[in-house]
Amino acid sequence: MDRSRLLPVLLAATLLALLLFPLVGEKFYLQYATKIMIMAIFAMSLDLLVGYTGLVSLGHALFYGLAGYALVLMGERGEVSLWWTLPASMAVAALAALAVGALVLRTSGVYFIMVTLAFAQMTYFFVRDSAYFGGSDGKYLNAKPTLSLLGWQPVDLENTLHRYYLTLVLTVAVYLLLRRVLGSPFGRVLVGIRDNEPRMRSLGFATFRYKLAAFVLAGALAGLAGYLTAVQDGIMNPEQLGWNRSGEALVMVILGGMGTLAGPALGAGALMVLELLFSIWTKYWQLLLGAFVIAVVLFLPRGLGSLFARRRAARDGHG
Amino acid sequence: MDAATLLIQVLNGLQYGLLLFLIASGLTLIFGIMGVINLAHGSFYMIGAYLAFWLTGALGNFWVALPAGIALAVVLGIALEWLLIRHLYQRDHLYQVLLTYGLILVFEELRSLLFGDDVHGVTVPDPLNFSIRLTDTLSYPVYRLAMSAICLALAAGMYLLIARTRLGMMIRAGSVNRDMVQALGINIGLLYRLVFALGVALAAFAGMLAAPASSVFPGMGNQVLIISFVVIVIGGLGSIKGALVAALLIGLADVFGQVLLPQISGMTVYLVMAAVLVWRPRGLFGSA
Amino acid sequence: MTDIDAKRAPSRRKFLKTATGAAALTAATLHAPFVIAQRSKIKVGLMLPYTGTYAQLGIAITDAFKLHVDESGGALGGRGIEYAQVDDESEPAKATDNANRLVEREKVDVLVGTVHSGVAMAMAKVAREAGVLTICPNAGADALTGAACAPNIFRTSFSNWQPAFPMGKVLADRGIKNVVTLTWKYAAGEEAINGFKEGFTQAGGKVTKELTLPFPQVEFQALLTEIASLKPDAVFVFFAGGGAVKFVKDYAASGLRRTVPLFGSGFLTDGTLQAQGEAAQGLETTLHYGDGLILPKNLAFREEYRKRTNRDADVYAVQGYDAAQLLRIGLEAVRGDMKAKKHMIAAMGSAVIDSPRGKFTLSKSHNPVQDIYLRKVVGMENKVESVAYKALADPARGCKMA
Repeated sequence: MDRSRLLPVLLAATLLALLLFPLVGEKFYLQYATKIMIMAIFAMSLDLLVGYTGLVSLGHALFYGLAGYALVLMGERGEVSLWWTLPASMAVAALAALAVGALVLRTSGVYFIMVTLAFAQMTYFFVRDSAYFGGSDGKYLNAKPTLSLLGWQPVDLENTLHRYYLTLVLTVAVYLLLRRVLGSPFGRVLVGIRDNEPRMRSLGFATFRYKLAAFVLAGALAGLAGYLTAVQDGIMNPEQLGWNRSGEALVMVILGGMGTLAGPALGAGALMVLELLFSIWTKYWQLLLGAFVIAVVLFLPRGLGSLFARRRAARDGHG
Repeated sequence: MDAATLLIQVLNGLQYGLLLFLIASGLTLIFGIMGVINLAHGSFYMIGAYLAFWLTGALGNFWVALPAGIALAVVLGIALEWLLIRHLYQRDHLYQVLLTYGLILVFEELRSLLFGDDVHGVTVPDPLNFSIRLTDTLSYPVYRLAMSAICLALAAGMYLLIARTRLGMMIRAGSVNRDMVQALGINIGLLYRLVFALGVALAAFAGMLAAPASSVFPGMGNQVLIISFVVIVIGGLGSIKGALVAALLIGLADVFGQVLLPQISGMTVYLVMAAVLVWRPRGLFGSA
Repeated sequence: MTDIDAKRAPSRRKFLKTATGAAALTAATLHAPFVIAQRSKIKVGLMLPYTGTYAQLGIAITDAFKLHVDESGGALGGRGIEYAQVDDESEPAKATDNANRLVEREKVDVLVGTVHSGVAMAMAKVAREAGVLTICPNAGADALTGAACAPNIFRTSFSNWQPAFPMGKVLADRGIKNVVTLTWKYAAGEEAINGFKEGFTQAGGKVTKELTLPFPQVEFQALLTEIASLKPDAVFVFFAGGGAVKFVKDYAASGLRRTVPLFGSGFLTDGTLQAQGEAAQGLETTLHYGDGLILPKNLAFREEYRKRTNRDADVYAVQGYDAAQLLRIGLEAVRGDMKAKKHMIAAMGSAVIDSPRGKFTLSKSHNPVQDIYLRKVVGMENKVESVAYKALADPARGCKMA
């Protein structure tokens, strides 16, 4: 995979900036930055599907939301530990991805987009209408999970700063994990499937299984993002499962530059920062945001990331 | 459920289905023929509804407002295609998604600027402002029956246009092989512009027609968008016949779902779509 | 004592003077714990929808809130008021971030919001954790002054249960025995219908069927047909906004009004009469306000509001106006010193608010204890026919303060 020489430098610089940010950032900005990083994880997990495997999912928030709700439900009776709730939530998301993927991966193209949307919407309605999940107004997380090592509690998730650093560590971990996966033979098969699935099949690859594996991995990582959202906000509402959330993630991926991993993370940051800035500025902030998005599409054909990277393994212009 | 009620519910389902077809027709044209995923479709529907509200107030008569609104919608469609959409044909579908998503935001804000944020109504126009008695308790608004008739006429008209006219032939050819059509000397750019404008006009027309039976309010486009996509996907992309069948199917499923299975009535439409796609991954009448 | 000691040691007189002064000052401070009002302004954070389906409500609440502040000379309790506004888009997924923007970034002294209940629940969590004084001018989630109640959270609107409950007795008193209910399947609808059901069954009636359709769907034909075949004595509904407009029009067009009278929670006809027109005439609803209420305070308010905004006031405007009134009462009680939080909250809790809807007080769970009116649509106005229930308090189920 081609990679620009500029990119690692930029990434390192960003990491450094994020590490030092709490020195200058106030509580609100720390919270917002934590949210941005969570969305970056979400966007990167979607990029695995969209940019690298060629699977455009409009139902990715299903796994994100389910994991968040899993934490809320697990924590209903009292304090729980992060050590088991985090993997458990991700497992819930992964299982859901396995179930949904087994059904939807038979379709392709726009049909795939729509059927992923269908499953997400069905789950949204189910969660919204059932009292078990707290109904349409959402459900509170009673207490943030604890993170203790043999009685010593180094990280207190009630503390904004601790949550910030934990999220930062996890974001970097996800990025590195995905880079590893995508650089491996498995990852190359995915790209091959994206570019020409029939050819991969004729070469002897069981493409369905590879796609399913990617789908499950992406689902699990989306679940991580959902879990962190529940920890951050202390509340889950059904809208976190809906198509608006899935659509947002897709916009971030495309805006940042599909198939680059860092691009979607950048897209997440850009979208959230601009939303904040524009809405502080004017009542008609949606107008500015819409105009910005349109401008990027017209003038930056490979997304925002193309401003920084020179050669990338990006999707070509044929649909 | 007694026989009379059953029949009326079937009527309800068909009528709702025809309305869905009307709403989705513009989308199936634009996507089926041009391959453009137009997320702003709901916005055009909303624009139509607000045009109906504004023009009926300004011109005094709903039936005069209709053609005026359609004309404006056509102009809007041509302008949008020329300014923005035509740059995207050669690029990945997802950029169309992104661009039209940006359009949604822009249109929503423009609407707020121009028309404010209040809820509006459009009175049902004469001479259709009455209901006919079906049972001793229930009457049926004639306007809805008129809408259904118009939808059927539209379906027939679209079919004739695409299948039987020279223009329709060019459109069909252009959807299959754009370059070849161009090589044959046909101005594909102009063709696409026409088709896009037609799609926008259809969406706006749907909004205008539905306005008296509905209400005009901010965010009304969002609800319509998803259901339109569901309809055309179930029907099969690019198939007008498919869109009609799918719309009627959904109309009936929704109506009977609401009455017989209210616990899952929100999901009914999506269940149907998931079931169809798992059985027929290209939709009912979709081609490969 | 040596000479040096004599010089250093304060004279007895001086000592007594200082001591008395100190004692007096201490006594004064103990008796009057309020620092004289500082000149800095109080920041009010408005978290409301300014875009999307509920934009109309957010704008009405904001305009009415600011109206009262301006009426009071731009200051409440001697402190000037400045605003920070956040558009919450009625989007629950973004609610926590938006609330944080006001509480952490803008560092508002008072939080006023919001319209959508899902958003309000997320906002309430932020408010509770930060301890910020919060006044809710609309969101009716029962839990906000129920299971999730808190000392620093107030509401000047209603709980979903409240406006619907009295209609039960009204219908039972008219000899109506069985009723079919209809609403959207979401918390607000369910809580309203539950309120009505409670009142109706208490008075001896029976709800034969509870119909719902998914929010925010507005295709009512199927359920109207169902109602026609069920032939109940009456129908009670909860709808609001665009959906309310369409439902009333559909109900009229279906001819059901002849045989099955329609009743509803007042949101069915509030802020929607212009759009509903003929179809809404004669509709009776219950609500804690009626634009046709003939009270001097209401008439004055409506005139002022019209002059300021060129629109007619609705129940949402009244709620926003009263939020400002409640804040004023609290600030006046502590003479502008927001540090005296406990005292301010106590004053607000025991306030009597002279509202355009009539005077009302707050329950222990900080929800209005108010008269619910029976209104009838006459022309472009909800005329108040009678008081359906005097001083109704929400049962505040699950609230630890009540």
